[in-house]
Order: sequence, then structure tokens, then C-alpha cells
Amino acid sequence: MQQRRQLDQVYTNRKLLNGQLDTPKWWLPTVSVLGVLVLIGVAVISVMINKGLGVTGLARPVYWGLFITTFVFWVGISHAGIMISAILRLTQAEWRRPVTRAAELLTVFSLLTALVFPLIHAGRPWRIAYWIMPYDISRGIYPNIRSPLIMDPVAISTYLTGSTLFLYIALLPDLGNLRDRTTGWKNALYTVLALGWRGNPRQWKMQTVGGILLSALMLPIFVSVHSIVSWDFAIASAVEGWHSTIFAPYFVIGAVHSGVSAVVTMMALMRWLWKWDDFIRPEHFDALARLLIVVATGWLGFTFLELTFALYGQDAPEIALREMQMFQWPWNMLFIIFFLTAYAIPVPMWLFKRVRTNIALMFWTSILVNVGMWLERFLIIVPGLARRTPFVYTWEAYRPSPVEWTIFIWSFCWVTFLMLLFSRFFPLVPLFEAKESQVFTDDVMIGRAKVPAIVREAD
Amino acid sequence: MTTAEFGSHNWGMVVDVDKCIGCNACVIACQAENNIPINTQDRVERARSISWIRVERYWEGDFPDAKARFIPIMCQHCENAPCEPVCPVYATYHNSEGNNVQVYNRCVGTRYCANACPYIVRFFNYWEPVWPESLRNHLNPDVTVRSRGIMEKCSFCVHRIRRGSRQARSEGHEVVDGAIQTACSTACPTSALNFGNFNDPNSKVSKMKEDQRHYTLLDQFATDPNVIYLAKIDADKKVGAGEAATHG
Repeated sequence: MQQRRQLDQVYTNRKLLNGQLDTPKWWLPTVSVLGVLVLIGVAVISVMINKGLGVTGLARPVYWGLFITTFVFWVGISHAGIMISAILRLTQAEWRRPVTRAAELLTVFSLLTALVFPLIHAGRPWRIAYWIMPYDISRGIYPNIRSPLIMDPVAISTYLTGSTLFLYIALLPDLGNLRDRTTGWKNALYTVLALGWRGNPRQWKMQTVGGILLSALMLPIFVSVHSIVSWDFAIASAVEGWHSTIFAPYFVIGAVHSGVSAVVTMMALMRWLWKWDDFIRPEHFDALARLLIVVATGWLGFTFLELTFALYGQDAPEIALREMQMFQWPWNMLFIIFFLTAYAIPVPMWLFKRVRTNIALMFWTSILVNVGMWLERFLIIVPGLARRTPFVYTWEAYRPSPVEWTIFIWSFCWVTFLMLLFSRFFPLVPLFEAKESQVFTDDVMIGRAKVPAIVREAD
Repeated sequence: MTTAEFGSHNWGMVVDVDKCIGCNACVIACQAENNIPINTQDRVERARSISWIRVERYWEGDFPDAKARFIPIMCQHCENAPCEPVCPVYATYHNSEGNNVQVYNRCVGTRYCANACPYIVRFFNYWEPVWPESLRNHLNPDVTVRSRGIMEKCSFCVHRIRRGSRQARSEGHEVVDGAIQTACSTACPTSALNFGNFNDPNSKVSKMKEDQRHYTLLDQFATDPNVIYLAKIDADKKVGAGEAATHG
């Protein structure tokens, strides 16, 4: 397994800072096209706020549709960062190193995107300050803390704050590096951002301790964020497909499944776009795919448990809902696609090492997972509401309108746009992590064979 | 609203399904009383019509012995309402008189309450309400015209309750049973809809709800509604409180 080359520091610096110091040719056209798409999306959102939610496809009884599905999807994606950078850091998984920053970045940007959806899907977004901002307690109007919709902004903003701090602390050494290699206004910018980073032992120690502390502090958030999001649904006692006590762990593990897959997608893109073959290597894909097999299978277990719990009660409306979800057009088609893409196609493929180390195959299978995971949320939220209640008055289907689809696509363009914009000014692969892994790994002679191994000082 | 010197109120309704002839007079009366936007064909087809009270059709029995039935359904003003705990801004809550009230000013339109409600009696304003020029002066000045982006639902004609209580208090006596009526109960030609105070053991509704035909809708959700139904009397069938379960 000699995929790793011994890289000198100059090469590492030049290669990993090529986004900032030597911008690739494709960057400007791509960002411009994405920028136009983002502007179109913003215009559509403005029209929707101006005209009202009548422009969506929402109708009684499906009051939540594509927007809330996409909200849950992006919160799910955001679990990538905490999984990769916090848990793998605490468990000292060496292969996490090149992807920590990109994963954390994905967390921050996907949370920012996720937050948009509950806000724009409200009937009066301009009154939203009422709901999530500090309250006008002088008038005695308190928030209803029984509502999961109050817990949502609390959980997500905590997560966003933690992730941003985490990202920033990890960025400090690289900012110092950039400061020393730039001139003019860029130099001034990096000087301010680097907070006087010199790289002396005390600063390194503080940076490391800060990172570990933040990792530990963020672990509870790892459990809480998607649990709270799941309670948006689980608390509704009268909606058969939603009212389930298993939703919290089920949503969390599903989020890890989709989040880690998104990291794989992003790693493949980074390897192709910036030609970082020396840093993002097949062995990293291999390790992530192994992790994904475990996570995906755990998630599948929860999927079956959820179904079992639902059917165990022998409750007629619950059985009717499951029948609709799985066997009635068009839900049955979506259900089949969901099951194939979220588990049945990618996971058996990952069992083969040839697939795990094939970057193109990993890219496409990880995209499949996220198609499936988006459909999973859709299949929980919409059929749950569109179920046939005893009241024929409400028997209606839901078809998302072009406005909703545009805003859905906008969210993807927006996240990509932000990532590319970030890549222009800050390195996507942490330089110090790449160098540290060079120091920690060494070739150890075992008999006559040269084997790469992790060398770590006992600390 | 009520003070100790006057009796407490728990407003509720008893609906005698046996008396209901399905004439929809209650629906029209409610529409006029509460400034409900006109349900155009387009809105009905898109399932965005607003109707605080509706006459729901349902089938009883299996084909070929099925019987077409109908039942008026409005907000059940549940004591244990699923819509109340989910609202982040307390736009819907239970007041001291047993009503589930909607505060339009607070509502931000998350529509969470509508998802939680098993009776589907909460309605969202997708557009700004528009009335034809000829109807502009027909709006009821006692009732707020709801802007777009907020939820609305049956209020048990809360403005009539307020006016009635105020008048009784100024005259120095308790609200006389039957003095306060909702628009739908006033319009009902067969007295199928009866409005009154459940806290007064001698009120008409308190006596009616003791009828052995009484039941509540969807009692499996344990919402404890303040709207009590009296089952349809079927000559061929023995009636009981289990009617709700077979309905639909």
C-alpha cells in the first residue's frame, strides 16, 4: 500500500496554496455562472416573499413540502463536519487529516443554507424576528419553548457557532502561512485574520488544545441537532407517519450517512479540480467507504425498526399510510429509488476494495446516497401529511411548483458558490495537517518489507 | 374576561347530527360573519379554500349497503389541542373560557399547527384576501380581515362572545343561556348546532351532551374537544358512542 509519496514542505505549500496564490483557470467562469444562478434564486425567493406562498404547490393538507425536506437534507449534510473533524479527531483517525477543513466548511455553509428554508417557508418571513431573535419580553410575549420550532434555531445556531469557531481555529496556522506569501490588500487581510500567528510552541499548543476542546464540546451537538429537527415531526401525535419515538437516533444516523457521503463527493471534486492527488489519496476514500458501510447499515437497521414499530401497533391508519408510502403511485416509485440509491446500490459496491479505491465510482455512489437520503426525508414528510384522513375534504396530492424547484436548485448552487469563493481565499486542505501527517507517518522496516506506519509521540 | 362575581364559562357546541339536513346555511353564515375570503373555483380546486365550518360527506357501511352521511365539522376547540404546543410564537393557545384562540398578530405562518391538527380545520392564507368592489362594504367590522401568510380557523365567533359578556356585565347579571349564539348556530334551520356554556349545568348544551348518543370526533387522539356530536339515529341500526370510529 505504497500510495503515499514523501513530500517536501515547499511542494506541499505550493500545491495546497494554488487556489490562493495561483488561481486555476476554471475558477472565474465557474464562479460567475454559479453567481448568476444564485442571483436568479435570490430573485425567485424575493418574488415568493413579495407575492406570498400561493406561488408554491402547497395546499391543504400538505402544508410542509419541498422546503422543509430540503431544510432537513441540508441539516443532515452538515453532520459531515462534526463526524469527520470532531469524532475522528478524538479517536485519532489519521486519515481524516486532508478532509477536516472541507468537511467543516461544508457544515458551516450547509447550515447557513438550511437556516434559509424555515425562514422563507413561513407565511410572514418579515415577522420571523419574533420567533428566533431575542424576544420582546417587555410585552409579556414569551416564545413557546414546548415547540420544536423554538429548539431548532437554538440547536442550529449553537452548531453554527461551534463549527465556525472550529473552522477558524484550524485555519489560523494556514492564515499565517498565507500572510507570509502575499502582498498588498491580501496581506493586510491575512494579517488581521491570522491574529498574530507566529507558529511558536505556545501558539501551537493553544491551537491544538482549542481544537480538542471544541471537538469535545461539539459532541453533544452532534446528537442534539438532528434529534431536535426530527422532533419537528415526531411530536405531531395526530400524523401517523411522523409520530414515532425512534425518530431522533434514526435522523442522526441518517444525517451521518448523507453527510459523510457528501464529504466523499467533495473530496473527489477537490482531487479533480485542484489536482491534489498527492494529498487526497485512494486510501482516504477507502477509509471513508469503510466507515460509510457501517453507518449505512446502522441506518438501514433503524429504517426497518421504524417500520416494525409502526406496523407492530396494528393501527389501521398507520398501516394505510405505510401502504401508501410503499405501494401507491407515485410514492412507490420514489420509495424504490430511495431504497436503491440510499443503500441497495452503493453499499454492496463499497464491499469491494476495487470500488472503494476507485475515485470515479466513489464519486457517483456518494451522489446516489444523497439522492436517496433526500428522497427519504421527502417520503417521511409529504406522505405523512398527504395521508388519507377520515375527512374526504382533505384528500389532496402535493406537486411542488417551479418556484419551489428553483429554490431547491438554488440551495445547491449557493453552497457550491460559497465553497468556491472560500477556496479562492483560504486553502481547502489544511497545510499543517498535511505536513503533520508527513511527520507522523514513516516507513518502518518489518523484516525486508517497507511498511508505512503512524509514528506518534506518547502524549 | 370573566370575573369572580359572574360564573365561569366553558364555551362549547353540541351538534345533533340527526337534525342536520346538510343545507350548508352554517357555512354561508360563517363565511359572511367572519370575513372569510371568497372561495373561487380555482381555490377550491387547488385545495386552498377556507371554510371554518364545512359539511363533510362520509359513507357509512360497505358497498352495496353504504349510506351517504354528512356531518358539520368546525374547529373542535380541544382542551388538549395538538395545535397549541407546536406553535413557536404562542399564536394559538387556550384561553380561560375553553376556547382555542388564534392571535393573528402573532402568527408568523409556520403552518405547524395545521400539520398537527387531526381535524384539518385550520386554514392558511396563501394570498392577500380580495373582495369584489360590490362586497367591500359588506365586511363585518367586528372581525379582523386576515392578511396573507397567517393561519385562521373557527373562533366560536369570539367577537359575539365578547359583546355578549360585556353587555351582560354592564347590565349586572350573568350571561343568560342562549343569549350568545354563533353565526352558524343562528343560521341553522333545524337547531342541529347548539352553542352554550358547558360550565353551567342547567344550560341547554350541558343537558344535551348528556344524551346517550353523544360522541366526540377522533377520540383516539384524546384531544378532549369542546364540540360534542350526537349520533345520527338509524332505524335499522342500534346507535352508540362508537359512531366516531366507523365514520369515514
